[in-house]
Amino acid sequence: MAAAAEAYVTMSRVGKVYPSQQGDVVALTDFDLEIRRGEFLSIVGPSGCGKSTLLKCVAGLEPVSAGTMAVNGQPVQGPPDQLGVVFQRDVLLDWRTILDNVLISAEFLGRRRADLKARAIELLQRFGLGGFEDRHPWELSGGMRQRAAICRALLCDPELLLMDEPFGALDAMTRDDLNVELTRIWQDSRKTVLFITHSIVEAVYLSDRVVMMSRAPGRIVDIIDIDIPRPRPLSVRESKRFGELTSKIRHHFAELGIVKE
Amino acid sequence: MKRGIGDWFKTESRTRDVLLVLAASIAIWELGVQVLAPSPLILPAPSAIAREFMTTPGIFIRHLGFTLAVTVAGFLLALVMGVALAVGIVYSRFLERTVYTLLVALNSIPKVALAPLFVIWLGTGTEPKLAVAVMLAIFPIVIDTVLGLRSVDPDMLNLARASRASAWQILFKIRFPCALPSLFAGMKVAVSFALVGAIVGEFVAGGRGLGFQILVAQGQFDTPRVFVSLLLLGIMGTILFYAVDFAERVCLPWHVSQRTQLARLDH
Repeated sequence: MAAAAEAYVTMSRVGKVYPSQQGDVVALTDFDLEIRRGEFLSIVGPSGCGKSTLLKCVAGLEPVSAGTMAVNGQPVQGPPDQLGVVFQRDVLLDWRTILDNVLISAEFLGRRRADLKARAIELLQRFGLGGFEDRHPWELSGGMRQRAAICRALLCDPELLLMDEPFGALDAMTRDDLNVELTRIWQDSRKTVLFITHSIVEAVYLSDRVVMMSRAPGRIVDIIDIDIPRPRPLSVRESKRFGELTSKIRHHFAELGIVKE
Repeated sequence: MKRGIGDWFKTESRTRDVLLVLAASIAIWELGVQVLAPSPLILPAPSAIAREFMTTPGIFIRHLGFTLAVTVAGFLLALVMGVALAVGIVYSRFLERTVYTLLVALNSIPKVALAPLFVIWLGTGTEPKLAVAVMLAIFPIVIDTVLGLRSVDPDMLNLARASRASAWQILFKIRFPCALPSLFAGMKVAVSFALVGAIVGEFVAGGRGLGFQILVAQGQFDTPRVFVSLLLLGIMGTILFYAVDFAERVCLPWHVSQRTQLARLDH
């Protein structure tokens, strides 16, 4: 992991303010963070702490109000190259088949569908969706739909994957499945991942580092290194070290009055 | 495989239901007129109406053709103009604040009352009838299409923008298909409105069409002829409505309203 020290995403004193008639709403303030190339970094924090705003700023969908944000050395002014995004809702298009939904990334980037079709089918197979290529989203379960959404994000082999509570709407078992699949895919490809979640357990299980955010305006409270060796089977969540890390984070939030003990 | 009459009643079929209800209504009507014997000036029997049609079928068909042509042309013009306008309204803040505001305000006045104005402006030919049909039909199309174009999940738009989709791609690959269910709902209302517009146009500046036929027959107190035109209009309106409904089924097999049937085929 020594070579992975190079920063891929750099945020320096980033602030984000939404002007409104009742006065400005400060979503983020003085946000300093570096995400290393190939790192899996999670952000946990209470609802409305600006996690999603942060992700939209990295994706170039929202301009920052203060500070600087750079991806791969380039200041972010609009969506950066080599980007994949997964939201909490899968936003698959009902009139397209699963395969066509995955291939829409190629269409948006102006690449030929034929060149990426084989990769799309292979991705779907890796995520257990082989044989469902010609189905429509409404014929699939929530977990399968979200798998398809991840395939869509991965189709053009992005360097940076932004995930905004991607498993937040799924039941606990499906969520565990997808956590395992995501770590497996990540270990094969070593993409840089910014993962936003409400779940402390999910964040610790998936990540190299967990960033804790405070209530609005969003600031960094602490950054926790997750030193649990990989590969991590699901049972690692019952280990002593795992428990120590999750309770450390939970205590931290409790001190801030964000969660009750 | 022999299916008795009992099976025919048990299976679900909208066509059969419609036919049954219509046949029953006509039978009750015929029976009522035979028993109660009202003046034929007030209410002629269905059989008398059918006989009236058979005296001059060619004339009725010709006038029906004219009204149908105006209705379909008015509907199609309203569709093209309405969708273009709706796209403009959704993409331009300026158009939204001017044209859309104006449309919503105009929608609240009874547009039929404007028909005489069109006669003054456009004369007594086909143009004023077409204009009234377009004017009535365009409102539901614009309003429903705007609603549909705006109903896109904001995260879908975020995803498209993050993937560097062009504005055209977002319009044609996301917004427009997303708006189709709404657009079809508008089209179903619009096709009936176009027919109303055509008839009103014929009322205020006659010459041809079933609306004109009704006016002439009314002048002669020829109630059976009025009823022939009314029934033809009813049949035409129904066929036009189901034509749009059929187009919707063909274009939107993926939509929620169509899924139960597909699911049944699948499992």
